[in-house]
Amino acid sequence: MLYREAGQFKSTYAQDQQIFPIRQDRIAIGVLLAFAAIVVPLVGNEYWLSAIITPFLIASLAALGLNILTGYAGQLSLGTAAFMAVGAFMAYNAELRIPGMPIIGSFIIGGVCAAAVGIVFGLPSLRIKGFYLAVATLACQFFVLWAINRVPWFSNHSSSGVITAQKIEILGYDVVSPAGKYLLTLAIVALMALAAKNLMRSETGRAFMAVRDMDVAASVIGIPMMRTKLLAFAISSFYCGVAGALYAFCYLGTVEPEAFTLDLSFRILFMVIIGGVGSILGSFLGAAFITMFPIFLNRASEWVAGVFAVEIPGAIVSNLEAMIFGGLIIFFLIVEPNGLARLWQIAKEKLRLWPFPH
Amino acid sequence: MDIAFFIEVLAGGLLAGVMYSLVALGFVLIYKASGVFNFAQGAMVFFAALTFVSLVERGLNFWLALVVTLAIMVVLGLVTERVVLRPLVNQPPITLFMATIGLTFVLEGLSQFLWGSQPHGLELGIPDVPMEWLSQKWNINISQFDLFAAFVSGVLVAVLAVFFQKTRIGRALRAVADDHQAALAVGIPLQHIWAIVWGVAGFVALVAGIMWGVRNGVQYSLTFVALKALPVLLIGGFESIPGAILGGLIIGASEKLAEVYAGPMVGGGIESWFAYVVALLFLLVRPEGLFGEKHIDRV
Amino acid sequence: MSGAARRVGEVVLSVQEVSLSFGGVRALQGVSFDVREHEVRAIIGPNGAGKSSMLNVINGVYHPQQGKIRFREREFQDMDSRQAASLGIARTFQNIALFKGMSVLDNIMTGRNLKMRCGFLQQALWLGPAKREELQHRRAVEEIIDFLEIQHIRRTPVGRLPYGLQKRVELGRALAAEPALLLLDEPMAGMNLEEKQDMCRFILDVNDHYGTTLVLIEHDMGVVMDISDRVVVLDYGRKIADGVPEEIKRDQKVIDAYLGVAREAVN
Repeated sequence: MLYREAGQFKSTYAQDQQIFPIRQDRIAIGVLLAFAAIVVPLVGNEYWLSAIITPFLIASLAALGLNILTGYAGQLSLGTAAFMAVGAFMAYNAELRIPGMPIIGSFIIGGVCAAAVGIVFGLPSLRIKGFYLAVATLACQFFVLWAINRVPWFSNHSSSGVITAQKIEILGYDVVSPAGKYLLTLAIVALMALAAKNLMRSETGRAFMAVRDMDVAASVIGIPMMRTKLLAFAISSFYCGVAGALYAFCYLGTVEPEAFTLDLSFRILFMVIIGGVGSILGSFLGAAFITMFPIFLNRASEWVAGVFAVEIPGAIVSNLEAMIFGGLIIFFLIVEPNGLARLWQIAKEKLRLWPFPH
Repeated sequence: MDIAFFIEVLAGGLLAGVMYSLVALGFVLIYKASGVFNFAQGAMVFFAALTFVSLVERGLNFWLALVVTLAIMVVLGLVTERVVLRPLVNQPPITLFMATIGLTFVLEGLSQFLWGSQPHGLELGIPDVPMEWLSQKWNINISQFDLFAAFVSGVLVAVLAVFFQKTRIGRALRAVADDHQAALAVGIPLQHIWAIVWGVAGFVALVAGIMWGVRNGVQYSLTFVALKALPVLLIGGFESIPGAILGGLIIGASEKLAEVYAGPMVGGGIESWFAYVVALLFLLVRPEGLFGEKHIDRV
Repeated sequence: MSGAARRVGEVVLSVQEVSLSFGGVRALQGVSFDVREHEVRAIIGPNGAGKSSMLNVINGVYHPQQGKIRFREREFQDMDSRQAASLGIARTFQNIALFKGMSVLDNIMTGRNLKMRCGFLQQALWLGPAKREELQHRRAVEEIIDFLEIQHIRRTPVGRLPYGLQKRVELGRALAAEPALLLLDEPMAGMNLEEKQDMCRFILDVNDHYGTTLVLIEHDMGVVMDISDRVVVLDYGRKIADGVPEEIKRDQKVIDAYLGVAREAVN
């Protein structure tokens, strides 16, 4: 009853095109953003901010990037972590080598470099599709990691390939506290999510989905295949690159190339599958799930260990985690291939009628 | 250029390639019979190897351990077919592929959950030393074990090729791969066929796991070796047994040669990506692989 | 019912000696005909006659081994389908080539893609020009939605619609491009009587209202005789008749082709 749209008529197309056409949604998102921007940094403890919420936001951004490429444009990619690595290392180098470069500029440079790499490794998508393309993106994943490891320039000639992200300074303020880093991440992620939503409901998004659904037909009605596919790779890699830069600067601090392995690529793919393919909201839901679940599992195993007075080694927990993730992927693919985002939609439909049954 | 050394490197690469083919074969079998690209094949190799070696270390006789592991692999195949594949039977191939990625994680976690994560050595009684005859006569060092592994792989491939082409069950498998509905319509029991296929794939995984286990030790990195089989498939085509062999040889040889001759110029370690890049370039020229079937999109 | 009020103009499309083969199969052999502006031209013939292939050649999906297509003063042999689209040729498909994951509205909006100018950066920021362009095209698409009477399903994902409605949406997508030449491949296949009547009405309205030149493949003889100005008949890849519906109806070669009368082997 609270959620009904009765009385909310749209009299212009502009109103119909809004991202949140239902007033209750607009209020909810406003409250959520205000809460996130004001309440959380004041109230949240440092552990939660730096170890859970900030990485969740970063993961959402990477998942968003992958969703654009795989969910909207239908190009399966297993090289997400490689793009993040490019973003991280190039942002570091920009900050290091260009005097007076503002941090946002470094992030953008990281993203643009990742986009360039994305375009190069996206070229095969013009000839190959489906699993073949997925295996080709593995070439990107392994090659980029090797290059970052072997070419000393990337890590400023450090012997171990490890870099330390520089201090962030914006308009004279040092952003060092967890709260500060959280707010910076929140701002960037929120803006990029808005941009992504705008893109996906415009012609670009439609062109992506057309290529995903039936690329021969898309070509026949005039959609340019090469430009569209490469644009998808570029935009997606840009998002992953910025996510990688945030990963280095606002979370890890000290970054080694091994932080960007195939395992990370799979994790982000899982976020997209579980959260909902082709959905902006889904990226956030999936990221939340995959970020929170290991923590939940850890706490649960600690509780079980306490109750039964046994020692549960970390290895067991991490193996259990892998098994459950895999199981959940299979479960979601069988039961709700459109992921948590679809479940959310169904919940909202029910909410429209609540408390009435129909 | 030292010819003897070149032949040594080439031979080593070719032999490694045969072993890659062995893993690729498992992929091809499942794809041929059910149209599913089983990303979890590598995890199956790891699981089989780890189970086998753990049973042997716990005192089980070699042959008994082999049989028991084989039985476990068959059961695994049946469970997978029932729990993962059957509910997804009408979904697009990409969904099934992602389900096998999930399966990969389940198997990797399960393997280490059951048997722990320390590396294990594995011995088959054939030493990894150069064949004396070759090394003394021509100064070429080729490992005895590599030759043995190549021989075993070759035999297995030949047997499977004959099985698919000549036997009734092999024909049924090919029919199922082509068109499930049509196969059902002529009375082929789909479920039995899939059970057989996954069982055979499990057996292949076990053999591959043992061979690679002796070579590199049975440890988590085995799953990456299996990933290397993917470029083999790209080159050979997903549906072709001869393609898996030829692709394996090409990948094995080129990777080894590149590693030895080009590697030192760029700092080494190129075997982590070289195979993939080769496959990628190959695909650009021939998008369906050497023996793969061309897909024509009809509008 | 074929509009005598319609003014049929000059030749706008000319197919000249087109031959097309796939491997050993000869789909088309030396076919020539023309299409005049504003007219409704039907292509008919038994199954396998090469009708769809002909349409595919006209809009650049297939490239003929011999012969040329001349559209509005430009000659082509190997135009690609994107070029054809940008020249003002739009089409529908026999087996429906809609984007199943998108809504009706979005599908028809994709038909406007060649008219959209804003770059992706402008779209991402939803600045003035991008927003204005989107709304402008939305208005045009809504007119088509009204015209085709599909307002009630505009947000429904196309994959969930019944066959007849999907065909209508596909017509809408083709119309959204404001084409000069519209190719319709069996637009009424699989429809019941009521749906066919609706579709006929829409097709004629398109021709009347927008003046679009139509080339359509259709099996329902009643429809063909009613709405076409002129008809081309194909059989085994060759043209066997070309003229107004009354002539075609009485042409012995056409009757033979449809009844499958035995003939000498065609080389």
